[in-house]
Amino acid sequence: MEWEVVIGLETHTQLRTNTKIFSGASTTYGAEPNTQACEVSIALPGVLPVLNKEAVNCAIKFGLAVNAEIAPRSVFARKNYFYPDLPKGYQISQYELPVVGKGAVTIQVPAVGKNAAYEKVINITRAHLEEDAGKSVHGAVEGMSGIDLNRAGTPLLEIVTEPDMRSAAEAVAYAKKLHELVQWIGICDGNMQEGSFRCDVNVSVRPKGTEKLGTRREIKNLNSFKFMQQAIEYETRWQIETLEDGGTIQQATVLFNPDTGETRAMRSKEEANDYRYFPDPDLLPLEITEADKTRVQAQMPELPEAMKLRFETQFGLTSYDAASLTASRELAQYFVETVDAGAEAKPAANWVMGAISAKLNAEEKSLAESPVSSVSLASLLKRIADNTISNNAAKQVFEAMWNGEGEVDAIIDAKGLKQVSDTGAIEAIIDEVLAANAAMVEEFKAGKEKAFNALVGQAMKASKGKANPAQVNEVLKKKLGA
Amino acid sequence: MINSSLKTLAQMLANKEISSVELTQTFLNRIDAYNPEINAYISLDHDRTLAQAKAADVRIAAGNATALTGIPIAQKDIFCAQGWKTTCGSKMLENFIAPYDAHVITQFDHAGAVNLGKTNMDEFAMGSSNETSYFGGVKNPWDFSRVPGGSSGGSAAAVAARLCAAATGTDTGGSIRQPASLCGFTGLKPTYGVVSRYGMIAFASSLDQAGPMAKSAEDCALMMNVMAGFDERDSTSLNREKEDYTRDLNKPLQGLRVGLPKEFFDIGIDPSTKDPIEKAIQKYQELGAELIEISLPHSSLSIPVYYVLAPAEASSNLSRYDGVRYGHRASEYTDLMDMYCKSRAEGFGAEVKRRILIGTYVLSAGYYDAYYLKAQQIRRLIAQDFEEAFKKCDVIMGPTAPSTAFKAGQKADDPVAMYLEDLYTIAVNLAGLPGMSVPAGFATSADGKPLPVGLQIIGNYFDEARMLNVAHQYQQVTDWHAQAPTLDKPEGSA
Repeated sequence: MEWEVVIGLETHTQLRTNTKIFSGASTTYGAEPNTQACEVSIALPGVLPVLNKEAVNCAIKFGLAVNAEIAPRSVFARKNYFYPDLPKGYQISQYELPVVGKGAVTIQVPAVGKNAAYEKVINITRAHLEEDAGKSVHGAVEGMSGIDLNRAGTPLLEIVTEPDMRSAAEAVAYAKKLHELVQWIGICDGNMQEGSFRCDVNVSVRPKGTEKLGTRREIKNLNSFKFMQQAIEYETRWQIETLEDGGTIQQATVLFNPDTGETRAMRSKEEANDYRYFPDPDLLPLEITEADKTRVQAQMPELPEAMKLRFETQFGLTSYDAASLTASRELAQYFVETVDAGAEAKPAANWVMGAISAKLNAEEKSLAESPVSSVSLASLLKRIADNTISNNAAKQVFEAMWNGEGEVDAIIDAKGLKQVSDTGAIEAIIDEVLAANAAMVEEFKAGKEKAFNALVGQAMKASKGKANPAQVNEVLKKKLGA
Repeated sequence: MINSSLKTLAQMLANKEISSVELTQTFLNRIDAYNPEINAYISLDHDRTLAQAKAADVRIAAGNATALTGIPIAQKDIFCAQGWKTTCGSKMLENFIAPYDAHVITQFDHAGAVNLGKTNMDEFAMGSSNETSYFGGVKNPWDFSRVPGGSSGGSAAAVAARLCAAATGTDTGGSIRQPASLCGFTGLKPTYGVVSRYGMIAFASSLDQAGPMAKSAEDCALMMNVMAGFDERDSTSLNREKEDYTRDLNKPLQGLRVGLPKEFFDIGIDPSTKDPIEKAIQKYQELGAELIEISLPHSSLSIPVYYVLAPAEASSNLSRYDGVRYGHRASEYTDLMDMYCKSRAEGFGAEVKRRILIGTYVLSAGYYDAYYLKAQQIRRLIAQDFEEAFKKCDVIMGPTAPSTAFKAGQKADDPVAMYLEDLYTIAVNLAGLPGMSVPAGFATSADGKPLPVGLQIIGNYFDEARMLNVAHQYQQVTDWHAQAPTLDKPEGSA
């Protein structure tokens, strides 16, 4: 039987606010345990939550970015359960009425093997605001568990998709797209190591061609795309094998173990909590007006989709190039700055996606850390465009710029890479070459086309690579009467 | 002096007839003498209290006293007060010293009032007799064999026994008004959202509201001037302009339309209570009020609705007492679940556990719609009843409690009988309206003791100033509010 995997994602994105979602405590990561836990964070008797407006702005931004319904009225609810890192014994979340309703994102699924790359729309079911829990710390004190409540109350936007994905590759493409989008609109720092972007993946399988969804298992807290890919692939295989062996799938929450590459059930549905959701009486319903949306819209950057289309029409880039350049906001920004500084768009696109990206990848650097700024790259591209240097020479200049040897013109001078475009000088070189290679000239005249290229090579060599190749061709043709 | 109004005390302080330290010491002496018997206070800290009194004297001398500077106020032990043990009447918080001040405490501090101590209360404000307190029952100063009402029973006994100049209380279903009725003084539960709940330990968040408990409407007005006001730390606090609650005290009542809900006089009311209430209403007629019969058709549903919603909220509000960060933790346990179970089993009393169980049940999957949602719908109907009624009248009057103070132990084992104590008060909380209890006479008990009866005055939203006016005018022509119990001389005193 042929099986089909059905995948939906729930992603917790930590919002980039200075203070917590319901208190004034700082959200900075990595502070000494419990130094960022105010009376609200530790849930002292009598404390009350007050909603951070900045967190709401983040939610609106996300809603606008995925073209979603933004609820004029949404409600905070209490999700009740006991856990040591949950100081109130309930999490303030949104349940029946979330702030962001249905929306969608378009993903680019890369080519794998003989399958070509393709686009797909993934529907967003909802996104809701909630507070993060603290952390249990094991081993800090012998024989005891500690609780660090610095993270308790950090604002999260939980983004839930429809079960629209049909492969690990699609799920990863969606996660990457979402990861980029939340950074693009500035609501999340995207730091997966620090837990700013965590994915829960719901996986089920069904016979291909059937409608009914299989029983799902939820893989919790995946914090890398690599693990996500591995976990989904393992889970899918496991479910198919279980069913093919005559077993059944029990609804469960599972954890992925990166060391073994396996998923393992954490708790079954029977053990699941009844969270006893009810509207939080300490908070008023969240009301968002059209004016609020307009105000936030004005703060929104151009979105990747719009920018991609603009790159195609304004700069004549291919859809693929435009998509690649808009894969991240900093890459797109770097490209735009390069063009704004006077470079031509197509070579700029090629260099940004080529040399710059290759260097950054090799050295595991971000664009912000690039030793060659967009302005410097533009000055290099201008020297190619105005024939000061050849493309080949440009590669050497770029290498030197990357290594911090100075600005473009200084490097060209220092390395003597300036292209010779003086016709007199080129004619003199070619005369010498023709005189010294009479045999080749004869061969050319006898009809051997290849001899021409050999003569060009000789001329370039004689000029130490500095002659303008186009001019060499031209002059040589004239002299040979070709 | 112990019977003096807050206004008189402020004048005496201003005129240097007495210092705040002397006044405070007077009350502390009475507390030392009577509290061992009455048990109105859970926590006392004479040094801290007297230090505040000294500071108040400095402020008075400097000439920037407020109406309450130097006045000793008893604080219900539900308000977090920095450095004070704040127990909420529970073993769970027996050793909890609050590291911060509730908004109400801050307001009194800013006014220069003196915190006389933390008063006894039903555990987590759940009770109508003060008998659920982990720190023992409180005696009704009118008859030591009887309860003071609850949950603000300690504050009530302290006001009635003149163990403070005035006190604070909180009212979720009647916890200010019912004890005010049973102990014979004036208590006001303001409109929901008028007094910040920040730092007030939550029982049922959508119903809890703090208010004054004092010897007269005028005293309550002066207390309200300190307690009320917007606080951005409470999202349900209403951002309104500051009011002077004394502004209308002296307005005549000519033409006042008094609504009398027929349901309040039909059901459950004890004849001994009914009589003084009817006389009080007659008095209002004499003062120029017009009586209008009204109906609150859904009021009979108040108690069932309340005992779904309040426990639901409470079950969640009390989840934080898990033994992890503060409060009681069992001394021995095998694992996390065992620690939770033992800590909570040991830390909470029977009534609190009962309500946590009810609340957990009504919020459970499969029951939520039938209980919680249904109760919310009826809650809206109850509020609409009042909305309709206030189209016809300015204030609503009726009894505060179905009967006078009952004997300690009489209802302690019958939760439903206890819940019926709040028959007339609960609807007001469900609607979020302001309500008062005003002394309206006495009924004589079987053993011949006079027991106070309270008249309830219910106002429209934000009509506290008018209600205080209505109560004050009555107190100008009656002296029920001025009567104080004769306390037996404490043992060992001369």
